[in-house]
Amino acid sequence: MIKFSDEKLKEVQRIISFYPEGKQKSAVLPLLHLAQREFGGWLDVPVMDYVASLLNLLPVEVYEVATFYSMYNLKPVGKYMFEVCQTGPCMLNGSDDIIKYIYEKLGIKPGETTNDGMFSLKTAECLGACGYAPMMQMGKNYREHLTKEKIDKIIEECRNNAVRAN
Amino acid sequence: MGRKLLLDKAHIENIRLYDVYRQHGGYRSVEKALKSMSPDQVTEEVKKSGLRGRGGAGFPTGMKWSFLAKPEGVPRYLVVNADESEPGTFKDRYLMEFIPHLLIEGMITSSYALGSSRSYIYIRGEYAWIVDILQQAIAEAKNNGWLGKNILGSGFDCEIYIHPGAGAYICGEETALLESLEGKRGNPRIKPPFPAVKGLWDCPTVVNNVETIAAVVPIINEGGEEYAKIGIGKSTGTKLISSCGNINKPGVYEIDMTISVEEFIYSDEYCGGIANGKRLKACIPGGSSVPILPANLLLKTAKGETRLMNYESLADGGFQTGSMMGSGGFIVLDETQCVVKHTYTLARFYRHESCGQCSPCREGTGWMEKILLNIDNGKGKMSDIGLLWDIQRKIEGNTICPLGDAAAWPVAAAIRHFRDEFEWHITNPDDAVRRNYGLANYAKPLEVVA
Ligand SMILES: Cc1cc2nc3c(=O)[nH]c(=O)nc-3n(C[C@H](O)[C@H](O)[C@H](O)COP(=O)(O)O)c2cc1C
Ligand code: SF4
Ligand code: FES
Repeated sequence: MIKFSDEKLKEVQRIISFYPEGKQKSAVLPLLHLAQREFGGWLDVPVMDYVASLLNLLPVEVYEVATFYSMYNLKPVGKYMFEVCQTGPCMLNGSDDIIKYIYEKLGIKPGETTNDGMFSLKTAECLGACGYAPMMQMGKNYREHLTKEKIDKIIEECRNNAVRAN
Repeated sequence: MGRKLLLDKAHIENIRLYDVYRQHGGYRSVEKALKSMSPDQVTEEVKKSGLRGRGGAGFPTGMKWSFLAKPEGVPRYLVVNADESEPGTFKDRYLMEFIPHLLIEGMITSSYALGSSRSYIYIRGEYAWIVDILQQAIAEAKNNGWLGKNILGSGFDCEIYIHPGAGAYICGEETALLESLEGKRGNPRIKPPFPAVKGLWDCPTVVNNVETIAAVVPIINEGGEEYAKIGIGKSTGTKLISSCGNINKPGVYEIDMTISVEEFIYSDEYCGGIANGKRLKACIPGGSSVPILPANLLLKTAKGETRLMNYESLADGGFQTGSMMGSGGFIVLDETQCVVKHTYTLARFYRHESCGQCSPCREGTGWMEKILLNIDNGKGKMSDIGLLWDIQRKIEGNTICPLGDAAAWPVAAAIRHFRDEFEWHITNPDDAVRRNYGLANYAKPLEVVA
């Protein structure tokens, strides 16, 4: 059964209160973010239907939003997702090599996930960190000035965290 | 050293915290405006300051505010555009990350001028950690009586809310932004009606960039006329420039708009010169949408005058020999970089970000991407250059929103100034040769200071 915890439901009410009476549709973007974080990192159809029910919207009003924006994942993703920026300024500073190196290390191309479900690789377009290139987004944070050594460290860090979490 | 008005306090330890910000003169503009000025007087000061929108188009802010319709009984809204997705641009992030209270203060003063009791920050979803920083700042401002009901006993009520986007460059376009804020896909609206008449939930709305709203703070503190004394001509005040690419010191710099491009690139106060001892080949001075310029046209105008870092000088010569200030995203390419490849990554970006409503943009961006990829891979034909030129011409001016132009201009400028490099790619399909088109040509004609 897909349902937010009571605590998260309070958060939902707080978000809805940001908008005037009757304009709760506006809350669909923030609620989809919340749902994606809560329910496994991606938006399965029942999850979107649940968000629609919270806002009194037709499911299609939620689907059409979820399919428009690139931060919503419509397929399962790994526990850790590397979103590497590949636009001009990052390219000038070697983002292609970073993407290639991740492929060599983990055997995944952009759009793929490792068999153990641990890592996903995705290319991204400019993330507003061009002066700290090459860079990638990982969850809520940015990892900047990437080098091969840094990638090694990040991968190790993720594996250690996963072990600790188990 | 130029004057700093926005980042002058950015280095102060813990300036992110309310108490520290307040100790250093924070929220004075709100006190001044709410206690001693009428909303129209605030707008008047902004008009006098000559401030131009810092989001890219450079439209005079005071004039924009005075267009806001004020029908009885209908709410009005201020929406701050923090979508910041134009490649090369990361100045708003810096401002919000390091001095979040400057934006909140600017928003309260501006909301008072515009009569907005509910103001929103539309921030790109990827800046998730900045949302936390801003939320903290808003909570602190509220706890200290700068937000809420009857602020400073003035009778003015104001709340600020943050609305995160979810990954879409197009939502930086103001009407797409409003759609997204209403919980819809980010499809730009046909204008008119303009947001000033029919904006958020059909109510009169002003959309302004983060830096624009932050600049309202020094304008109210020091007066519009004082602000207008800084800078030159119609480029008044200071401008944040985010610089990146092949330079020694990428970062965000506040400049007064009298310095030369050459000083900006080579002086240690700013970019610190080209990285790894290489030479300057080309630069996109105002975010990925504006025309790229080869080194000689970047440092001097076609008339041989020193090019300055301001709206007029960067645009001198029109698109034939000039460019634009745009969003202040300054992208530098050294002599080893490939203009074809760089242009391809930008074409890919625009194809990815086109909302798909208009066929010239939806189809044209896809074609340009494919053709450029072919040329970059040594699979191009000579006729492709003409084809690219035709496609970009057919997009420009034929779309609902300016994203179409933004996609067309970089391709046009690359062909205009670097046609020989495209031809080289086509006539030398061999990988090693193709990628090694040195480019002393573009760096040669001008001496540069060390
Ligand atoms: C495709 C596109 C993307 C844009 N992205 C941004 C952006 O990220 N931030 C911004 O402030 N303005 C952006 N703009 C400009 C806005 O439409 C609008 O002009 C601006 O927010 C107005 O604020 P200003 O007058 O303070 O500059 C964009 C425009 C277009 C056409
Ligand atoms: S120009 Fe492109 S982005 Fe703008 S409305 Fe048309 S299709 Fe959408
Ligand atoms: S180009 Fe990669 S963050 Fe801007």
